[in-house]
This record gives sequence, structure tokens and C-alpha cells, in this order.
Amino acid sequence: MGDVYVMGVDMIKFGRFPEQTVPQLGATAAMMALDDAGLKMQDMQALFCGNLGQASGMVGQRILKEIGQTGIGVVNCANACATGATAFRQGWMSIKADVHDVVLCVGVEQMGRGLLGGAGGGSGIPSEGMLGSGTMPSVFAEAGLEHTRKYGTTFEQFAKVSVKNHHHSTMNPKAMYQIETPLDTVMNAEMISYPNTKLMCSVNVDGAAAAVLVSEKKAKELGMARAVKVRASVLTSDPYQDRDLVMPDVNTCTRMAAEQAYEMAGVGADDIDLIELHDCFATAEILHYENLGLCKDGEAGRLIDDGEVALGGRIPVNVSGGLLSKGHPLGATGIANIYEVSTHLRGEAGDRQVEGARLGMTHVIGLGSACGLHILEKVN
Amino acid sequence: MSEQATTTGPLPAVGYLKLPEGGEPYLEGSKCKECGSVYLGTRTNCSKCSGRDTVEAFKLSNKGKLYSYCIVHRSFPGIDVPYISAIVDLDGGGTVKGNLIDVDPDPDKIQFDMAVDVVYKDALGRKDRDGNSYISYFFQPAG
Ligand SMILES: [Zn+2]
Repeated sequence: MGDVYVMGVDMIKFGRFPEQTVPQLGATAAMMALDDAGLKMQDMQALFCGNLGQASGMVGQRILKEIGQTGIGVVNCANACATGATAFRQGWMSIKADVHDVVLCVGVEQMGRGLLGGAGGGSGIPSEGMLGSGTMPSVFAEAGLEHTRKYGTTFEQFAKVSVKNHHHSTMNPKAMYQIETPLDTVMNAEMISYPNTKLMCSVNVDGAAAAVLVSEKKAKELGMARAVKVRASVLTSDPYQDRDLVMPDVNTCTRMAAEQAYEMAGVGADDIDLIELHDCFATAEILHYENLGLCKDGEAGRLIDDGEVALGGRIPVNVSGGLLSKGHPLGATGIANIYEVSTHLRGEAGDRQVEGARLGMTHVIGLGSACGLHILEKVN
Repeated sequence: MSEQATTTGPLPAVGYLKLPEGGEPYLEGSKCKECGSVYLGTRTNCSKCSGRDTVEAFKLSNKGKLYSYCIVHRSFPGIDVPYISAIVDLDGGGTVKGNLIDVDPDPDKIQFDMAVDVVYKDALGRKDRDGNSYISYFFQPAG
């Protein structure tokens, strides 16, 4: 089994595009990734497509109807917020298995506005606001306050995550927003679910991202100059936890995935130069510093206080602006993360470039739960 | 379950809330004979140990401790805010989510591990389309 390489990767600028269809958004990203790889649709041997909103709508095939119905096999997948990472990983597996040499992976999503999360109760009346809250801001607020319970993490520390990621996004032209949000602005923004204010919740946007993956043989043929090697690809689900039924566990499946990914790549957390992790809410990012081994348990608050996770710090996290400011089009996010890390490894990230980046990690987690984790390496 | 809509008296807001005739309401869980895991509601197999038919009905306690929470300031249209969404570990096993009432929705007034009672009241006046009223459960500071 040879290694698998990202040969082309790109994303559209995230935003709101109600005049476009989901397949059109995906097709745009697919063409950008093909151009980046210097390849054509006719070179692709399979398409792995991730989308949640139209999970039964054959989005992959409809993308091909936009850009080239070559008759290749298409896999459509849905895996909550790990959907894009899952599509990418399925493509990676198909090359690892020697079934394909060149595949296209696309993640795409068109989002509505407003709160995500279930309001239903299963009986004849809604349960929201009676049996607690099932909105996503609430679920992640409760997960954040579990960290507060254990380690005394403060509202201010959670808010600093949002200040950092919004600052990063001012250097990313593909982010939904490019605006500075000082600490008092974040903390005084409309409270959604304490401790998450509106500026501590990811932005619902439309988006698409795509990657062309190739085998080692094909990469050598095409030239390695801008190739990015996939050093690890892992997917986990949530193992049993006592509080499962009322408190989704986003921690354990991330820890398991990180452990497996570091082992697969033969590296440790100290070797990683940048990370795009799943900051669906500011509270979540704090948890994942520890889950991914960036610090010991209980030290995540200090990490954000000391600026270690900011651009220029020891281990920059979410230099793209993260889901908090770049935006979070659910099915596209996983591949957009791959784009961001690859761009740094290629030394093409402009003002937000993490200098000398050689190894990067991408992490997504979908409630339910699914954790997708990849480690990417600069080749030249 | 919807056939119950023709009966008189309030209905339980969730399947695991039991309203025995002439008895006190309680929350029903289930417990695995093999590994001791406790679940809300009824089930047959155990997701912790994969035991088949190892899970039995188990009456959950009406006392517990606050494990985590959040204070909800924005919810769906028509839902009164602010309120406290609480995650409570029940004495003897089982974790339940619900509104914490009779406490100010202010983080300074809420302590982790505070003792709470499970209480049963009308479901905030919510009725289904047939006009049935419901009983729900809530948490309040232990009396
Ligand atoms: Zn068991």
C-alpha cells in the first residue's frame, strides 16, 4: 500500500448563495480542485460526495450533471458535521485499497439561518424549554460548563477563543467574516446559551470544498511540487458513556481518534505545526485542546490565556478563522479544513501563513457522534 | 401511544415518565444485569456491554445532583426564556435532562453538585392538538 496524496484542493468563499443549488455550489468547488490539480473530470475514477441537507438527493450525481457525466462510481455520504471528512476518508480508502488512482472528494452544504437542534419531544407537545434545551448552543454550553466544573474554566476564557478566531479570519479572504471582535464585544454580544454568546456560535453559511486525491504512483507522474501527503486518516464514533442519553460526548471519540492518528502517522502532538479543529462553539474549542493532546487535562484555559494557540504561538489553532468566523457549512467543513491545512503546507496562505509548517491536523466532530481526523504532511 | 389521547386526565410528557393509577409519578429507567449500566426508558439490549436481553426495568430516584447546565437566553419561537437547562445525575444511577426551576438563571446562583429533587407538574400549560394536557418533570433545589 502506497501513500495517498492531495493533488488539488480548494474551497469557494463561504457565504450565502440562495440563488444557487447545492449541486452548483459543489460543482464550483470541484472544478476549482480539478484546476488546482491540473486534471479534468475525465481523469477522475470515482466521486465521494458529502452533504447533509439533501442526504437522499443524489447530490454527487447531480454535481456530475453540472461538470461531466463520465459514468464513474459515486458515493454519497452523510455523517453529521463529519460528513466532508468522511467523504475525503472514503476516497483515501479507495486509493489505499488499490481500487483507484485518482478520485474526487466534494463536501457541500446550503444552510438555513437560525438555531440548529431538535425541538421535538416524541410526545404530543414540544420538549424544548421544558425538559431543558436541545439546541446546539445549549448542548455545547453544557459540555463547556462540564469543563468549568472540572477545572474552573471561565466565561472569559471561552470568549477568548472567539476573539482569536475572528482575528485570524481577518487574514482569510475565503472566510464569511473578516472582522475583529474584541473581548468585550464577544462577551457583551447577545447571550444565546450561557456561556455561549452569539459571537461564540459558528456561522450558518453556504459553502463547498473539494479535493483530488491520488496514489503515490500517480503523484510521481504528475509531479510532487505542491502535493500534500495524507499521513493519517481516522474515523471514530462515540463509545458508551454513562451520560450518553442526555449529554452527547464529544470528547472521548476525539481522544480515540487523536491517539489512533498519532500512531498511524508515527508522530506526537508536539510535532504538529497547525490544527484546524471543530470550533462549532467557542466552548468546544477549549475541550479539544486537551482532547487532541495539545496540553495536559485542565490546562486548556491557560493555553488560550497565553496565546499558544494563536497565529505566531506554539501551536496555532484555526488560523482560517474556524467555524466561528470562516463559517460552518456542515457537509463542506471537513474538506475546507483539509484545504486550509494544505494551503499552509504548500506555503501559500499569505498573511496568515504558519511559518515553516510541515505537519498539520484537521478535526471535525458530528453529534451522534462521528469524529474524523486527518494528519497531512508537506512533501517538498 | 396516541390512542391514550381519548383517556381522561393529563398524559406523561415523555415515555419514561410513569403516572401509575393512584400512585406517585416516577421516572422509569432500565438497568443491565450484567454490567449495571442505567438507561432512561425501556430497552432490551445493553449498549455498554452488548448484552442481549440483559436489561430490566428500574425505577429512577427522585433525588440527584446537578452535573452540568446552561442558561438558555434564546430558544425557538414561543419558548419562554431565560431558563436553566440542567443535567442531573440521579442517586443510584441514571442521568436526566430537564429545566431547573426555583433558581435564578444566573451562574452565580447555580452550584455544581447542588442537590435537587425531581418534581412533577403540569407541562407549562402545553397541550397537544387534541387539547390534552400533560405532566412533565422538573428539577428544584432539594427541600
Ligand atoms: Zn450491560
